[in-house]
Amino acid sequence: MAMVAVSSWGRLSREDHEVRALSELPDVPSLIQASRLPGLVYGMGRSYGDVCLNPGGTLWRTAGLDRFISFDTDNGRLVCEAGVLLRDIQQLAMPHGWALPVTPGTQIVTVGGAIANDVHGKNHHVMGSFGDNVLGLRLIRTNGEMLDCGPDLQAPWFAATVGGLGLTGVIVQAELQLRRVHGPWLSTETLPYSGVDEFCQLADASEADWEYTVSWIDCMSKGGRGIFMRANHADAGQLPAPKGKPRTMPMVPPVSLVNRLSLKPFNALYFHMNRMKAGRGLDYYQSFFYPLDNLLEWNRMYGPKGFFQYQSVVPRAVGKDAIKEMLDVISRSGQGSFLAVLKTFGDRHAPGMMSFPQQGLTLALDFPNRGDSTGRLLMRLDEVVREAGGRIYPAKDARMPRQLFVAGYPRLSEFLAYRDPGISSALSRRLIGS
Amino acid sequence: MHGNLTRVVVIGATSAIAEHCARLWVGKGAVELTLVGRDLAKTERVAADLRVRSPQSVVLVQHLADFTDVTAVADFVARLTADRPVHKVLIAHGSLPDQLECEQELSSMAEALRINGVSPVAFAEAFALAMEKSQFGTLALIGSVAGDRGRKSNYVYGAAKGLVTRYAEGLQHRFARSPVKVVLIKPGPTETPMTATMRESGKGGSMARVEDVAATIVRGVDRGSPVIYAPAKWALIMFVIRNLPRFVFNKMDI
Repeated sequence: MAMVAVSSWGRLSREDHEVRALSELPDVPSLIQASRLPGLVYGMGRSYGDVCLNPGGTLWRTAGLDRFISFDTDNGRLVCEAGVLLRDIQQLAMPHGWALPVTPGTQIVTVGGAIANDVHGKNHHVMGSFGDNVLGLRLIRTNGEMLDCGPDLQAPWFAATVGGLGLTGVIVQAELQLRRVHGPWLSTETLPYSGVDEFCQLADASEADWEYTVSWIDCMSKGGRGIFMRANHADAGQLPAPKGKPRTMPMVPPVSLVNRLSLKPFNALYFHMNRMKAGRGLDYYQSFFYPLDNLLEWNRMYGPKGFFQYQSVVPRAVGKDAIKEMLDVISRSGQGSFLAVLKTFGDRHAPGMMSFPQQGLTLALDFPNRGDSTGRLLMRLDEVVREAGGRIYPAKDARMPRQLFVAGYPRLSEFLAYRDPGISSALSRRLIGS
Repeated sequence: MHGNLTRVVVIGATSAIAEHCARLWVGKGAVELTLVGRDLAKTERVAADLRVRSPQSVVLVQHLADFTDVTAVADFVARLTADRPVHKVLIAHGSLPDQLECEQELSSMAEALRINGVSPVAFAEAFALAMEKSQFGTLALIGSVAGDRGRKSNYVYGAAKGLVTRYAEGLQHRFARSPVKVVLIKPGPTETPMTATMRESGKGGSMARVEDVAATIVRGVDRGSPVIYAPAKWALIMFVIRNLPRFVFNKMDI
């Protein structure tokens, strides 16, 4: 069977896969069993690194498994197939006064992918991660076995599958608990800040009264100036939704548009534009949660070599110093990040054995791929994360060293017992060995 | 019973293009939608999804086991249209045959011609009868760019779709002075389960997204456009392909 070249969102590689579409629930077990193993599920390919890739092997595409099964508008329980997009859930639920309790920075991801990577949003201290709001899911193992699990049903299987990087079986269906909202609007406040200390003060001061908190940080500036944003769901009556279609990045530029020359002015401009907008406002959920979805295929702007995402979390006690040190390492390297995001995770028990969120400070960075020099920079950042007792987010990773993965995820050996031997990814081979 | 709602019937409702058209129709407001499928369980799953998307719509499921039994098709459509007229019909079913198998096994060829050619026009003729009586409605048929010119890699499918094309032309002529509209849709290669093997074998090239194709179709059907290429660029491509001199065309490996 011929192969199809597939990339992940970071566009670091483009290798052949045997792609098979899953589109009818009852056919999934036989289709999986008829596939060449090991295989791996592929949703929308929004993971940055290699968690969604299986070069030379089978990819089961779930884009066609995109049907809703039921939605109870009285209690907010939604059952759907695993390829349903978060976008479709938000569009369906908002008019009924419901919304996803946890949503990442893009809504063009599947429910299955959101569970497998146990994604988080800007409200971790209130709502936890995506898996905290999953009531149940259905897993198809490559031996054809069907397994239903949830927080109170086959709980270890559930804990292994939430954040389980797709390695415990194929998630085909899930039941989600949505949360009540007044409508699609949020009341927001934007506050410029200067330095990690001030960020922490703002974050602490906002914890009690604000559900969503996030900040953009200018890692090209001395001391780390930034823009802190906080928001709550608001009752804005019947305001019409803002108009405007997303644009598409039309081509892959020959070199990264994010580079040494552009980054400083980019960041300065972004900082000052947002400083002018400081204060209170009202924002539509799409522009607040998903600003990047407005520029489709924005990942092309990093040019033909692609880019790395680097998201770490460091414990609160040592977090401030670790973040400062990472910013220092970056500024000394002369490479920088445009989409740098600093936020906090609350003190919550994670739903998955391999869930990324833990209490502390989390910093997400993007670096255009400049070969060895980028690799060396990321290794220096690894050192800081390791010393602080932190961990790296596998959903975004394409290169972390195995020891750092093992050190960061102490429940790894417990998790391995639940792996499906017929499933493997480039990431699992790199970090687990199979 | 659902007197005030626009009544839409989709034949072959489990096809990916039909399913996405149905999602767009219910997304625009309440409709009465009848889904007709060969596989009852599949059709019910599509219906459940549409009911979640549009609780105010009425989504009905009708099962018809054999789409190629033209007597059964005529009876079925007569029953469906007996009490109330239909506003829009989308005839969407099809099955991409294996060209090589069709060449070697003539029964496969005949089956492919029946399901992709004879069956859709039998449905269309049956609905045409009802629309002629009621003097309104839009009848939309999914053809294909493959029906515009026969080529070696899929001329059996192309011949069946060519039949649909000629048939739709004739029906448009017949209804030219009537309010009834006949729409012929010609999708280009679209990412659907039907084309999965094309995609897997790398022959797919760049296929259109099914959501985009469905949006083009729904817009065209709602307007009553006589011919819709989806995506629209295929109108130009097929104009060129149709008009290539034979000595050029026959040298092409397509």
